[in-house]
Amino acid sequence: MFFWTYPIKQETMPNTKVIQVAGLTKQFGDFVAVDHISFEVEKGEIFGFLGANGAGKTTAMRMLTGLSKPSSGKGKVAGFDVLKESERIKERIGYMSQKFSLYEDLTVKENIRFYGGIYGLSRNQIGTKTSQILEELQLSEVGTKPVRSLPLGWKQRLAFAVSMVHEPEIVFLDEPTGGVDPNVRRQFWEAIYQAAELGRTIFVTTHYMDEAEYCDRISIMVSGKIKALDSPENLKKQFKASSMDQVFLKLAR
Amino acid sequence: MRRLRFLIQKEFIQIFRNKALLPMMTLLPIIQLIILSNAASNEVKDVRIAVVDHDQSELSRALSNKIVANDRFSLLAAPFNKKEALDLMQLDEVDIVLEVPHDFEKQLYRGEAPQLQTLVNAINGQQATVGSGYLNGIIGSLNKEIRRSEPLFFSGLPKHNEPVVVTSNNWYNPELDYPHFMAPGILAELTALLTIVLTAMNTVREREIGTIEQINVTPIKKWEFILGKLVPFLCLGLVLLTVGLIASKLIFDIPIRGNIGLIFAYAVVNLICVLGFGLLISNFAETQQQAIFVAFFFVLIFVLMCGLFTPIDSMPKWAQYATIPNPLAHFISVSRKVLLKGSGLADIKMEFVYTIILALLFNAAAVWSYKKQE
Repeated sequence: MFFWTYPIKQETMPNTKVIQVAGLTKQFGDFVAVDHISFEVEKGEIFGFLGANGAGKTTAMRMLTGLSKPSSGKGKVAGFDVLKESERIKERIGYMSQKFSLYEDLTVKENIRFYGGIYGLSRNQIGTKTSQILEELQLSEVGTKPVRSLPLGWKQRLAFAVSMVHEPEIVFLDEPTGGVDPNVRRQFWEAIYQAAELGRTIFVTTHYMDEAEYCDRISIMVSGKIKALDSPENLKKQFKASSMDQVFLKLAR
Repeated sequence: MRRLRFLIQKEFIQIFRNKALLPMMTLLPIIQLIILSNAASNEVKDVRIAVVDHDQSELSRALSNKIVANDRFSLLAAPFNKKEALDLMQLDEVDIVLEVPHDFEKQLYRGEAPQLQTLVNAINGQQATVGSGYLNGIIGSLNKEIRRSEPLFFSGLPKHNEPVVVTSNNWYNPELDYPHFMAPGILAELTALLTIVLTAMNTVREREIGTIEQINVTPIKKWEFILGKLVPFLCLGLVLLTVGLIASKLIFDIPIRGNIGLIFAYAVVNLICVLGFGLLISNFAETQQQAIFVAFFFVLIFVLMCGLFTPIDSMPKWAQYATIPNPLAHFISVSRKVLLKGSGLADIKMEFVYTIILALLFNAAAVWSYKKQE
């Protein structure tokens, strides 16, 4: 139950596959947003989810996080069934949505305290987490400022840190670097690497092809289906391309 | 339970940090109380009347004078024929035409019962019925006066001509002070209305901004979320009620005859009920626009059918039943009963029962319809 008391590195699960999905489908009326996707993600992996706008990335991610009920197919996230145990999954995952989702009228500290509290952290744990996040992000000086007053890049990094306040096994990031400058994007990816080094699995959607290169493995979605899934190097070989950009263009065509 | 504390704490921080909310919760209700309590009066003060006096006798003039002397009436014209008077009514210059027939005086002294005709412009129903009521009163009192002034003459008349004397006393509001009657009702209406709208808007705002999605991806329980919204706004509603009560006392000197604690106890139940309703609405609205539209649809029905402006007793039967699921109707009934009449718990038992049932229904529906997963 009190998952945050276990060190993340400890093998709490029998197998190392933290996400297993088979034939997962989401239909809105006649429209099939996600069409029988199947894949597995290893623990500690940085798994990139690529695709054009409307390819079904966000919908797929929402099914994995328990925000959206799959129409058919099955899946396990952090050892729990996607269809039946979505509330248990939520204890073990972090999520950063496309929309900025911290409270703009609360201060940095208040946001950390709120989400920490919602995830069931004790006062002490919240206190430790707060100083840890403020220090890591060098936000100590603006800790009592409303989040509204921070620049977008800082907000995004704070949102990422807050999504991991309860030390989840898997973090889902939905286009986390949308609209931020290259410098912040680099910082952001450094933070992602740091989290992965701690044994945390990162599931990230993006449409920046250079970011795709940073992932351990990537899947490329085209109109609801996974068209390719491998490491960036293998994909480039497979499609005889020099960059992910070219791979993507060949697939999307 | 610990989660709940964080939810409530967060909500309070947001409420206190919202610059627009505090004046909204204090100033607006006071302004509305003052305006509505004074304006929403059933009293008819200025009835415009035209008297067509075909008789031109001493008696008919006495009648005219009596009407003019009454400050509710203003004698606008005394035309010589009925057509002229009706034209005035057509032009909406007069509300009532009183026609005094030829030989009015003569008939009376002959012991016959002369007929006066009143023509009432009933476009404004209120004005018409209340106005003609006043007029009948004046005619009746003239009737009595004549009999008293000439007892010998009328003593020979049959007994049944003696008018029955009805005297009435206005209990609980002896001076028929309209603000006294309206203020408690408006207070109840305002409290319920503002809290419905505020909760509905607040929750939908979270949906618009996207923070609700972040909440939905946490293991929070549905009832925790609903309760986390309910408690802070319940407190807000009680503050509003307190401000309103103080304002009503200071401005209108409304009587507080019953136990003020009883009002608050009932208000807690009622607020939980309407808050549940507001949250229920918010679960079905994607945008604040939608929320406010749906909220207003119901608020209008609640307000117009709550007995504030028109008595529930004079509604058609089906509408009377329709007031049972209207939390506002019960709130107004309770606040009038307790404040004006000094009623105790036993007298407002039914209101309590109905409201508790409604509160359970609305809140259960709100928890049930709140979807963490699409």
